[in-house]
Amino acid sequence: MKLVSLGLLGVLVVAAGQAGDSRITEPSWPPARAKFSDIQGCVEPTEVMRKDHMRFLFHQRDRTVHQGIRTERHSLVGCVDCHSGEDQNGKPIPINAAGQFCQSCHAYAGVNMDCFQCHATTPPLQTSASYFPTKIAKPMTVMTLAALPANAWYLSCDG
Amino acid sequence: MADNSNRLQPGRRQFLSKAAATATLLALAPGVRLVDLARARAEDEPVTAAVRWGMLIDTTKCAQGCDACVRACDTEFGLTTSDRPEIDAHYIRKLDIRDEHTGKTYSLPMLCQHCEHPPCVDVCPTGASFRRADGMVLVDKHTCIGCRYCMMACPYKARSFIHEELTTQLSHAPRGKGTVESCTFCAHRVDRGQMPACVESCAAEGHHAMVFGDVNDASSEIGKRVRQVPSRQVRADLNLNTAVRYEGL
Repeated sequence: MKLVSLGLLGVLVVAAGQAGDSRITEPSWPPARAKFSDIQGCVEPTEVMRKDHMRFLFHQRDRTVHQGIRTERHSLVGCVDCHSGEDQNGKPIPINAAGQFCQSCHAYAGVNMDCFQCHATTPPLQTSASYFPTKIAKPMTVMTLAALPANAWYLSCDG
Repeated sequence: MADNSNRLQPGRRQFLSKAAATATLLALAPGVRLVDLARARAEDEPVTAAVRWGMLIDTTKCAQGCDACVRACDTEFGLTTSDRPEIDAHYIRKLDIRDEHTGKTYSLPMLCQHCEHPPCVDVCPTGASFRRADGMVLVDKHTCIGCRYCMMACPYKARSFIHEELTTQLSHAPRGKGTVESCTFCAHRVDRGQMPACVESCAAEGHHAMVFGDVNDASSEIGKRVRQVPSRQVRADLNLNTAVRYEGL
């Protein structure tokens, strides 16, 4: 077990060393369309979302499919609605296209995502009013930027 | 009955708080009211078995040659045709049937019958095919492995398999290659208090052959009709207690 931990640490150190390597394209994506609240960008604090967004999505999908709960806070439609980019003509770009919100980070992390084999990759055709996260009024815990390492790559990309 | 009314108290409170919104809804769609307002469910409350969604189809009002319900369903779920029409998904089909002894013809829509004891759920090896507490029989495509046992088990031929990759899915209707799907009673609409697309289109065409609502609620339109007018289940001999019933058949 100790050996495995040491090995893992080694991998992490190497990964950290490469983070500043110019050969690796750092992820970047179009800015989100709205802020969740005055104090918080996304539906949960950004550092929580970066680590745990899939847990929120898994939880929400089961609640939606099996219990018919269609609240918008953790819905995938909400993510796509707020985070997808547009081309010069205002046409939405699929969120899993190269350089877009989901894909750029997943490519960087080397993690496959299956969501969009079935789910729509662009916002709903009709107005997004019913999905827009700003509808949710409850303010969340304050995101503390100070808690993040100052050189974190994601601080330069305001998602 | 006293127990029932107690259980529904929170819903009644909600009715008061939502009265203004409801007034707008009624103004938009006069005569179309999905549930008794006292039973409205809060957005973040799970569905319960207090409600059982059902549909009553009056075959005497269903017009031969009219396929408004089928087209509405295709539009609602983004069901497109391909260059292999034999594999196209269909959630609802129009059937023209004839009594071979009398020659009497009937026209009726056939869709998932949302059985109380669904054979598709019995045979599903992963639990993807399930019955929601309020009676809707659905597929959780996250766990569906595409084995198609449910398609073989269904006596109504209600389910379809997606054979090809899709790219034009709608936000409210995720669909993907390798999974089975069928009529959802428009769960996404019903959860927001709207009618299923087929029922709405049938009414818009002026036929009013389909009535949708909570069959447990004796005061709803469908609740009254199923209690007063004779209706039949298709293949009643299977004892599945379907939520879709037919009048005049």
